[in-house]
Amino acid sequence: MDNIAGQKSGLSIVTNVAVFIIVLLWLIPTVGLFVSSFRDRDQISASGWWEAPFSVELSYRTRADDAPTRDGDLFVAQGNIFETGEVRDQFASGANSIAAFGLRGREPGAFAAGETVENRDGGTVVVNADGGYVYTSPEPIDDAGPRLYFLAETPPDFTMSNYAEVLTGLDEEERAQEIASGATFGELLFEETGIFRNFINTLTVTIPATIIPILIAAFAAYALAWMDFPGRGFLIACVVGLLVVPLQLALVPLLNLHNQIGIGQSFLGIWLAHTGFGLPLAVYLLRNYMVGLPRDIIESAKVDGATDFQIFTKIILPLSFPALASFAIFQFLWTWNDLLVAKVFLPSTGDAQVMTVKIADDLLGSRGGDWGILATAAFVSIAIPLVVFFSMQRYLVRGLLAGSVK
Amino acid sequence: MPPILQGIITIIIGVGGCVGYFYAANLFLDKVLFPARGPNAGRNINRANIVRPWVFLFPAVFALGLYLVYPVVGSFIRSMYDRSGDEFVGAGNYIRLFNNPDFRQAFLNNILWALVVPAVTTFMGLLIAQLTDRLKWGNIAKSIIFMPMAISFVGASLIWKFVYAQDPDLGIINAIRASFGGEALDPLQIPFWNNFLLMVILIWIQTGFSMVILSAALRGVPEETIEAAIIDGANPFQVFFKIKVPQIIGTIVVVWTTITILVLKVFDIVYTMTGGNYGTEILPSFMMDFMFRDDGQATAVAFVIMLVVLPVMIWNIVQARKEMR
Repeated sequence: MDNIAGQKSGLSIVTNVAVFIIVLLWLIPTVGLFVSSFRDRDQISASGWWEAPFSVELSYRTRADDAPTRDGDLFVAQGNIFETGEVRDQFASGANSIAAFGLRGREPGAFAAGETVENRDGGTVVVNADGGYVYTSPEPIDDAGPRLYFLAETPPDFTMSNYAEVLTGLDEEERAQEIASGATFGELLFEETGIFRNFINTLTVTIPATIIPILIAAFAAYALAWMDFPGRGFLIACVVGLLVVPLQLALVPLLNLHNQIGIGQSFLGIWLAHTGFGLPLAVYLLRNYMVGLPRDIIESAKVDGATDFQIFTKIILPLSFPALASFAIFQFLWTWNDLLVAKVFLPSTGDAQVMTVKIADDLLGSRGGDWGILATAAFVSIAIPLVVFFSMQRYLVRGLLAGSVK
Repeated sequence: MPPILQGIITIIIGVGGCVGYFYAANLFLDKVLFPARGPNAGRNINRANIVRPWVFLFPAVFALGLYLVYPVVGSFIRSMYDRSGDEFVGAGNYIRLFNNPDFRQAFLNNILWALVVPAVTTFMGLLIAQLTDRLKWGNIAKSIIFMPMAISFVGASLIWKFVYAQDPDLGIINAIRASFGGEALDPLQIPFWNNFLLMVILIWIQTGFSMVILSAALRGVPEETIEAAIIDGANPFQVFFKIKVPQIIGTIVVVWTTITILVLKVFDIVYTMTGGNYGTEILPSFMMDFMFRDDGQATAVAFVIMLVVLPVMIWNIVQARKEMR
């Protein structure tokens, strides 16, 4: 239809390119986060994620700890810097080269590899590109060896250790200790510190908070769509109006109410809150959908003597599956992603924290600069919604359209 | 008890209780209260049918009333009492708010959000819907642009923290600046403009939603009108702006309204990105500063948010009533 006027080619190239650029712009932020979540902490701060497949220059510090020998007046320590005690593990895979070295932590790359420089006590130091070093000193060298700093090209290092750290809340050393003392990784997952616990909490909040409003709304939507009673129009108008009520209004009065009736800040409280806040959209979407179902089916079922309850469970529910699925996805995403309601209706610390609160309050506060951990935590929190979203996208769109396009 | 087990049990109780209510209530209505047997069978059936809608509606009406209607009234009353809720101060909280420069800043920022985000989101959604409609890989492109809908505002904020990071080895913005020789700066601390950087996040999340709905609307535009316009010599831009847009204006308004409502509810982005510092405060995050400390002021802010949304609400109800006739 668009190429009737014979102007297809030029415009279609422009369209393709434009859409490609937009898609790229939309993807870049998420891809960056995804790549960062697998990168080693030092590498994240040394090069951008877009350079992740390439080697980066990282700075290291070590001690020239090869046993010193005596050469005339001088004491000499020599060997290969990659094999010194403090960095040996990091270069176990071999084949590295040194770009520069230094004698002070503030300037780890002060001198180019191969340059011979004077050190503080009057001797000389040289570190060659292949890692071979010679350290001389007029005074005896102690066993620990003098400090050396160097910059080395380090190959990309993709690791799952960020995920292990985020899920258990323990860093590599602590995990190794716990496992040495007999704990399995599965047990570590349930440490209070880890985000896995918050993950379970989020599920506990989300599943009932998705199913309960659907059940309640489906019955109400059926009544509003197919049953005759006084005040129906008024109720529908109310639901439409309530779609717009800002959540913030509900926070203070309801928290006070919850405290008074004794549920306080608890899972029960947050289920009820999510149910209440999700209902207007649920009733609205489901009613719009049910009204569109063919009248004949319902009337003939009534003639055959079916009660409303039977019509609802045997005919309307199965027929409304697309709308039910669409709302379920919506409500699931909304409760999973919610921060505000959880901050108000769940205790702010400890056992009941959900993931969004954990990330926003704990991780951003205490680990603000630890980008690897933040990226990983974000990815753990968006993984399930993304899976649900992509597997159920069809239903989401169908239900959305049933409710909003006239 | 392990948390997983505890979770499963609570889930079963919650969902089971709900199913139980509907089943038991119906059974009670049909078998005990108005049985369709005996001398009054006919009258009983009629009575049961009068009561039944309310059995179906009761949980929904109760929950809506308690969680949405009562708070509107409750918040309004609460906003006229002082911090502890003991002393009636009338409009005192509101007067204090409007004398607070931070509140005025939050209010203005909120209006800026409510104007810019829906406009840009709707426009982008419309543009992308039109562009992708005739592409072979249009559906893939749409899925990718729709994807951020699934991402939490907190997650999205973290994603964009990377983009905006000050370190040119982390943040793309500063990396690009650095490649042109610019100094690294913290984009989120540039007064006024940082508001727009935060809005970009919400636009990124919501454009997919607007695109999906508008794309369906565009497909509903009758082909005859487009063909006629092309035969009359209209170029693609004229077809788009003069033929298609006017025919889907109703849907555009729906999308615009939905996003406006969402903007007024948004809190997570500002809270996670800047905590309301550097002049980025909006009403919901401003309200959170008072939450748990000064309920009088907190509810007063909530009520101001309500007043901002009121016209949209009335317009919605009027529209719905019109459709029902």
